[in-house]
Amino acid sequence: MDNSKSEQHFGKDEAMLKEKELNVAYEKKIQNAKAEGKKLCYTLVPGNLVELLHCFDIVPVFPEILGLQMGLRRDARSFIEGGENAGYSEDVCSYVKSSVGMLLNNNIGSGGKKIPKPDFLFYINSQCFTFMKWFEILRKSYDCPTVAIHLPYNHHGKTTENELKYGVDQIKNVVIPQLEKISGKKFDLEELKERLALSRQMEQELAWCYESAKHRPSPVDGMFQFLYYVGPINTYYRGTQEGVDFYKTVRKTIEERIAAKQGPATPFGRMDEQKYRIVMDCGITWDHFRDYNKIFFDEKAVIVAATYTKVSGTYDQGNFHDPDRPFESLIESNMTNYCNLTIPDKTNLMEKYIKEFEADGFLIGSIKSCKSFSAGMLTMLRELENRTGLPGGFFELDMMDARYYSDSNIRNRLESYFRMVDERKKEGIK
Amino acid sequence: MNYFIGTDLGSTTSKSIVMDENERIVGRGLTNTRSNYEVATKVAEQEALIGARFTFLGEELRHELNLSEERINDLIEKHEFLFRYEHYYDNVVLLHEKMEEEIESAPSSEKKELKNIVQEIFVELEKNAFDYYQEAGKDKSTFFRDLIGAQYMKLAEQANTYFETMMSMFDKSIMIVENHMPEINIEKLGRKSLDKLFQIEQLEQLKSKVDKAFQIASTRKINIACKVGTGYGRLRLPYPKDQIQSEILCHGLGAHYMFPNTRTVLDIGGQDTKAIQVDENGIVTSFQMNDRCAAGTGRFLGYVADELNLGLQELGPLSLQSKKLVKISSTCTVFSTIEIRDRLSLGERREDIVAGLHKAIVKRAMSLLARSGGIYNEFTFSGGVAKNQAIIKYVKEMVEENYGDLTINVSGDSIFTGAAGAALFARKRTMTSKEEG
Repeated sequence: MDNSKSEQHFGKDEAMLKEKELNVAYEKKIQNAKAEGKKLCYTLVPGNLVELLHCFDIVPVFPEILGLQMGLRRDARSFIEGGENAGYSEDVCSYVKSSVGMLLNNNIGSGGKKIPKPDFLFYINSQCFTFMKWFEILRKSYDCPTVAIHLPYNHHGKTTENELKYGVDQIKNVVIPQLEKISGKKFDLEELKERLALSRQMEQELAWCYESAKHRPSPVDGMFQFLYYVGPINTYYRGTQEGVDFYKTVRKTIEERIAAKQGPATPFGRMDEQKYRIVMDCGITWDHFRDYNKIFFDEKAVIVAATYTKVSGTYDQGNFHDPDRPFESLIESNMTNYCNLTIPDKTNLMEKYIKEFEADGFLIGSIKSCKSFSAGMLTMLRELENRTGLPGGFFELDMMDARYYSDSNIRNRLESYFRMVDERKKEGIK
Repeated sequence: MNYFIGTDLGSTTSKSIVMDENERIVGRGLTNTRSNYEVATKVAEQEALIGARFTFLGEELRHELNLSEERINDLIEKHEFLFRYEHYYDNVVLLHEKMEEEIESAPSSEKKELKNIVQEIFVELEKNAFDYYQEAGKDKSTFFRDLIGAQYMKLAEQANTYFETMMSMFDKSIMIVENHMPEINIEKLGRKSLDKLFQIEQLEQLKSKVDKAFQIASTRKINIACKVGTGYGRLRLPYPKDQIQSEILCHGLGAHYMFPNTRTVLDIGGQDTKAIQVDENGIVTSFQMNDRCAAGTGRFLGYVADELNLGLQELGPLSLQSKKLVKISSTCTVFSTIEIRDRLSLGERREDIVAGLHKAIVKRAMSLLARSGGIYNEFTFSGGVAKNQAIIKYVKEMVEENYGDLTINVSGDSIFTGAAGAALFARKRTMTSKEEG
């Protein structure tokens, strides 16, 4: 029995347990919002202005998070089918279909919990062009106002002055006046700056945590463990002191593991022995999260860097919020989240991860119902194989639709991939 | 001399290879995969070991007799055929026994009648066994179940009202026979078949030399230094975990073994389709596999054959008769069966529809190949489906159309590609540890 602090029980470290506490508290905030006179806003993980919402005491609710919870609790199927029964095609994003399914289920979500209806919707289209259509559906059904920001695709690898101005103008002239109207509260620039300073601290701590995977053994799993770690920053807690405290806890648990030369906590035990260091592009499934994680555990393969954990922002690339440039940095953060990058920029980032984290290879997991993530993946695969000379593997699954996940198939492909890595190592091929 | 066994437990067939230290294949074994994987593995291994005995016999005969190479090969082939016939006959007798046992669970009012029918059928089967086997048993890839099944069904049809009962009894009994591990006494069965060979070929004057050769070949020690398993059912193989190897790697290495200049491999098996790129040493550099469905695999052809009430082996030849290929838009197993019915109702010819289905499979494989990085010289096509001449025809056409004039290899032994790769891994494993230590 391992008694070290960093692995307490159920395969979770102190930070992962803390994340659960925060999540429970956040769910209470959603349930109590109306009673406390707060407005509820449905918004999106990769395209939001949570710090700004906090300035108006607005509680954000994330339909993708509700969807992934359905996946984790293995009850996504009925919600997805609800969406399909309403007429949405099988290849429509499963987050969208589950959200429609919940809506048609009298807003009763995973685990039979009723989710309060929104007072308004807010989205930014960066990352995914489905967002607009999705929120049009929600607007019609919930019959509530929608506030939106349009941002262009990040064509240049950075945000240009014109793009910045385009986004900032929308925050100042469209979003803030509407939020004031909806909440009845006046905008306070100083509060936004304070919130952004807190976000910055969270992001800097998190960036350190991402970097820690450069150690051997890696004290973290950049995918399976980080999906817990990014929970607070991807949801309610950005721009809060609780968020800062959380990331200090994450850092502390990682520091302890580094000192003890320990690997990450997993549901199957701590993973000190690491045979493969892998960089992963996308490749998420919530519905079979544990089975999927087990394949990597069995293979002793640790994910040293992943892109799915960068969907709310590429903080590890120094894209932090900046209280001195409040509106600009809000726009920049949304412009530089992983899925708003071009395929060449995504490829460059993957290459950087592969090299900096000294990976043995890389995997690309295409998502059946997510075109945004999956477009161009085979081109990336070829390009990365050519650039790095390292073995790449490709497989397909879905973030929450169990019909697209076959454990034996995925296991077969991943095992074949790892054996390919073995043989190439044995033959002295890089 | 050490020997190595590679076994590829596929979803449809199980294959084994016995290889020597010099990477020479000395025996091949092929059987149908049945519900008991352990038996399927053992049967495939046993078949391969029997094959090895005949290889040894050939060596001994070359040494002992002053006969042409052609004549020796002819003798070996005939001897092996007779040997396999003896084994076939034993199985017919065993099936008869099991059918008799099955009767016991039938309602007492029917027992007598069923007993009579079974008796009549098996008198016929046993009486004509040799003639029938001579005609139908030449193709080693036709398994006992199919061989006996076809003949049994014809006879059972005469049982009129009892036909369904007879077929259900057959299904139960054949399962028992298939999942029963046959104990083959090579010396006894070999001797028996050899005596028959002497009679048929009038070889009495060579008897003492052939006997001696057989004695040596059948008792030569086969020291299996290592076994490696692969294939769809590899995790169920009765081998230690570290002697299980990925299918992709085995097919890559196996194709390289058969055709050393291979750079791209397409393997279409019963369960999946694999597009593999290998380097100059046969090490896999990239691969793609089909999606989670039967589309574009051997299993798809199986469904098509069922839909058209044809044997799997009949599909390719039928397709080659096509004069006007019907374009089939779907390789979805479910949709295509609907499309077949639709096309038939429109008056399209069966061969044209089947040709269209074959082409649709190859198109899908071409897409998988493109996803794996394209096709490089030389290109090797393997797997059970590579036995289908129509598929080979379309593969050749489409490779040329898309990638130009490349060397395309299709080995008659292609079904053993994965097993050969596994045997090479077994050899590599032993030889490396020997060198290391």
